[in-house]
Amino acid sequence: MHGGTDRESNRRRRDIRQLKTAKGGIRVLIKKSADIRSNEITPKEVYLNRRRFMAAAGTAGAALVAGKYLRNLITPELLAQAGTRLEYTRSDLSTQGEKLTPLDDITTYNNFYEFGTDKEDPSRNAGGLKTAPWTITIEGLVKRRASFDVDSIVKMHPSLEERIYRLRCVEAWSMVIPWVGIPLSSVIKTVEPASKARFVAFETLYDPKQMPGQRRSVLQWPYVEGLRMDEAMHPLTILAVGLYGESLPNQDGAPIRLVVPWKYGFKSIKSIVKIKFVEKQPPTTWNIMAPQEYGFYSNVNPEVDHPRWSQAKERRIGEFFKRSTLMFNGYGDQVAGLYAGMDLRKNF
Amino acid sequence: MTKKSVLLLKCLVWVGCLAPLGRLIFRALTGRLTANPIEFITLSTGTWTLIFLIVTLSITPLRQVTGLAWLIKFRRLIGLFAFFYGCLHFTTYIWLDKFFDLPDMVKDVARRPFITAGFLAFLLLIPLAATSTAGAIRRLGGSRWQLLHRIVYLSALLAVIHFWWKVKADTRQPRIYASLLAVLLLYRVAAWLLRRRSRLVPERTAPAADAGPGRHLET
Repeated sequence: MHGGTDRESNRRRRDIRQLKTAKGGIRVLIKKSADIRSNEITPKEVYLNRRRFMAAAGTAGAALVAGKYLRNLITPELLAQAGTRLEYTRSDLSTQGEKLTPLDDITTYNNFYEFGTDKEDPSRNAGGLKTAPWTITIEGLVKRRASFDVDSIVKMHPSLEERIYRLRCVEAWSMVIPWVGIPLSSVIKTVEPASKARFVAFETLYDPKQMPGQRRSVLQWPYVEGLRMDEAMHPLTILAVGLYGESLPNQDGAPIRLVVPWKYGFKSIKSIVKIKFVEKQPPTTWNIMAPQEYGFYSNVNPEVDHPRWSQAKERRIGEFFKRSTLMFNGYGDQVAGLYAGMDLRKNF
Repeated sequence: MTKKSVLLLKCLVWVGCLAPLGRLIFRALTGRLTANPIEFITLSTGTWTLIFLIVTLSITPLRQVTGLAWLIKFRRLIGLFAFFYGCLHFTTYIWLDKFFDLPDMVKDVARRPFITAGFLAFLLLIPLAATSTAGAIRRLGGSRWQLLHRIVYLSALLAVIHFWWKVKADTRQPRIYASLLAVLLLYRVAAWLLRRRSRLVPERTAPAADAGPGRHLET
């Protein structure tokens, strides 16, 4: 099924990840204490989590921990790669009381078909993506139609914010991710869309040279997504440029991606190169692929099943037992009003 | 082949058949079952069930094409390993994935076509595994046993459908298994047609070309 060399390189990449977090931890200790954030200590939970899972499955956990440490000792040269640290403030809009998913899992378990359809493919194949310089074209029904460097987009908001959100994948697994980004609304206000603009359309980079997954027509490339204007303007909707306090790893949608926490993960389009303001509902990739399975709205909804599987429950990555999926992924208080009077079975 | 080389070969086949399980256990012990271990185990055991089914089905054609008669000695063993991995796959589903939530599983089997197909594929393998002993062959009689074991074609077909329907967008892997299965089934159809044809020829004075499809239906 898989080549041995792929497995090997994957193993090495996972090693990088663990060493990277270990290094991050050390660096924080050198900084002044105010800089220490709780999430920088959590990667230890990688081990604890796995251990708990294995115990539940009836397998010894100790050997596992030993194995991990052993591999870390074997590949010390991989310390080199690390993300850029970001300055950011905390946000009241962060989700409270959730245990963060370990960085290792967030960076090795990805659906990013531009780099392959296996969950581990993006962590293996995204290394070649060049994320600087990176320009985003703003076009359509908008006053400031232009190309912007990603940094100037970020500066449209006073400061970067940490937003801890649940992420619920349409495949019935979920994570809790400490994103770093800016509200999309700040960008929209800055570029001044026309009153006729009712939707915002997004587009991922199309470059099969850098994105090997695009050499096969698994999906229609480039990946496109869209939001209704009020969804795009909602304070929870962000453009993320980092996670766990560092710039986004390529496999997580570097350098800039959308995060809409009350919708299934595929709505949160990655590696954005175009934002277009339009009058009519724009086409979206998974809806083009299978319209009866993936609607334009794709709000997390435990009552509306995917035709092929139930959406009532989800497995939180790192946990053994499934948990109930919450309406709007638990953000109903903030977003349910957007859909007042709409039949969510029809507009799934 | 000497007895010794058969024994050696049997050992090698056993090792090969257990290797996928060994790999899973090794990865479990070293924490390499990905961020979603249950999904990984499910996918791995399912894939290996399918692979062993395809290998089982390719033994007879391979034996006939290559003339290596000893290949048949491994058909039952590999077939039972297909069942073994099918059991692991099924156990993963009911234990790790669903955690014995019976109502939920019943709903799954009834309402999710891909699970219905997989469930049927597994059920159909049970009578085959149960009648895999020499005693069972004797009791059933060779021809009846053979007829029963043709069920394996249906099971393999359902297994491929199960995989295909489960995939979201990238059907490359299911397509590979489907093509392999198609080749193996077409080989059997072709072999069957040839056998019928050669059986018909001596009975008739007319040339073989005369034995058209219409004639086949009469016999």
